[in-house]
Amino acid sequence: MGNSVLEIRNLKKGFDGNGVLDGISLAMGDGEVVVVVGPSGCGKSTLLRCVNGLETPDSGEILLDGAPIGGMDMVQVRRQIGMVFQSYDLFPHMDVLGNLSLGPVKALKRPKAQVEAEAVEALGRVGLADKLHALPRQLSGGQKQRVALVRAMLMQPRLLLLDEITAALDPEMVREVLNVVLDLARDGRTMLIVTHEMRFAEAVADRVLFLEHGRIVEEGQPAEFFHHPRTERARAFLDTFEFDTVKKT
Amino acid sequence: MRDLAVLFKGNNPARLLGGLGVTLKLSLVSVALSVALGLAVGVLMTLKNPVIRAVMRLWLETVRIVPQLVLLFLVYFGMAKAFNLQMSGETAAVIVFTFWGAGEMGDLVRGAITSIPRHQSDSGAALGLTRGQVWRFVLLPQAGRRLVPQAINLATRMIKTTSLVMLIGVVEVLKVGSQIIDAARYDAPQGAVWVYGAVFLLYFLACWPISLLARHLEKRWAC
Ligand SMILES: Nc1ncnc2c1ncn2[C@@H]1O[C@H](COP(=O)(O)OP(=O)(O)OP(=O)(O)O)[C@@H](O)[C@H]1O
Ligand SMILES: [Mg+2]
Repeated sequence: MGNSVLEIRNLKKGFDGNGVLDGISLAMGDGEVVVVVGPSGCGKSTLLRCVNGLETPDSGEILLDGAPIGGMDMVQVRRQIGMVFQSYDLFPHMDVLGNLSLGPVKALKRPKAQVEAEAVEALGRVGLADKLHALPRQLSGGQKQRVALVRAMLMQPRLLLLDEITAALDPEMVREVLNVVLDLARDGRTMLIVTHEMRFAEAVADRVLFLEHGRIVEEGQPAEFFHHPRTERARAFLDTFEFDTVKKT
Repeated sequence: MRDLAVLFKGNNPARLLGGLGVTLKLSLVSVALSVALGLAVGVLMTLKNPVIRAVMRLWLETVRIVPQLVLLFLVYFGMAKAFNLQMSGETAAVIVFTFWGAGEMGDLVRGAITSIPRHQSDSGAALGLTRGQVWRFVLLPQAGRRLVPQAINLATRMIKTTSLVMLIGVVEVLKVGSQIIDAARYDAPQGAVWVYGAVFLLYFLACWPISLLARHLEKRWAC
């Protein structure tokens, strides 16, 4: 594929001699949403962190719009890739507007007034218009993650990486955050998403990757993967999310 | 009650204030040096180099375990004997309090820097900020907010501890107080309570606003 937004070729990464990613290859087209699922510790976060250079791969290649990021300045690369983490990672000493404008103003050197106008607009779209001057500690977990999504989007990234952004949330807040992600998908954003929310994964994904022990064990359309997994490993993994077969006896 | 008058006799008020001036001058110089050195020391303390770590650890343990008075005697009398170094009591005091303060300040700086979770710098980097920008806009402001109230508390502790320097011959506020009491031993035998009361008040007036400021900042910057 010549027009991949992101292409990963045989990526390997270990920590202190322990292999974590063992030859990952992947290509994502423009507007495609790829969801990565897999058991804890299989390397999902490490994969995402390699893509925006928070970890350095041991070998393999990562290309952004066809250009290998290995030879590029990582700061420049990150300006084109948005990332939201599991932990609430807003800057606690700045209000919401400060959090939203820091990247565009300081990293992209865009005019402050223009950025702030966009921030107000984008905040309204996720239902947080009245939180412009709130401090992160005054927000609920779900509100914080929505702000974090807006913060990433205001960088107008080519690619958005989401690493279990609802994993630390109370159940009733998961939906408000996932709705924002669904909206982004409808807008045609290219996203690489790690999640444990299987129903959401099925709804948002164009393609699902099942990762285990640092390898892609199965890859497919969501309807196919979630209802007719081909591999025994994927079936066993998906079963851990089902409770109808479990009896209390 | 009659002996209260001793406080206002002659130039006693001026002498007490002068003593307070010496106290504050010693404190201010030591605190300023401690803060400046402590910032550098704190950054050194965050390094993983085992030699630097061991040295820093030894330093910090020393200033925590050895009483400041012992350090004062060691520098003022010990150095004089051992190296034939004559220094004024004030110089010895500044050396000891800076040695102590810079160690404690360094530990506060280290604590403030390492208490910031890793994902804060990750999120800054993920936003495309340079390393310098991450420090400037994300890490240092947060470290500063944690540090400043604690550093102010350290400063008040240092102000109080300067009272020890009267024992190496520096005439600061407590020493002036004692001199006044001694001089009035016969005219005003009950003078001590008033004079020490006045010294108490002077310390209180010097430290209380500083404590209030620390508490105010702590509340305002709580995350
Ligand atoms: N910085 C690091 N240093 C050492 N080991 C690490 C580091 N980061 C991750 N690992 C290890 O790499 C493996 C994969 O971690 P990773 O965080 O990528 O897993 P994950 O699939 O995201 O898991 P989870 O679903 O629990 O988030 C784990 O065994 C983890 O302990
Ligand atoms: Mg993870």
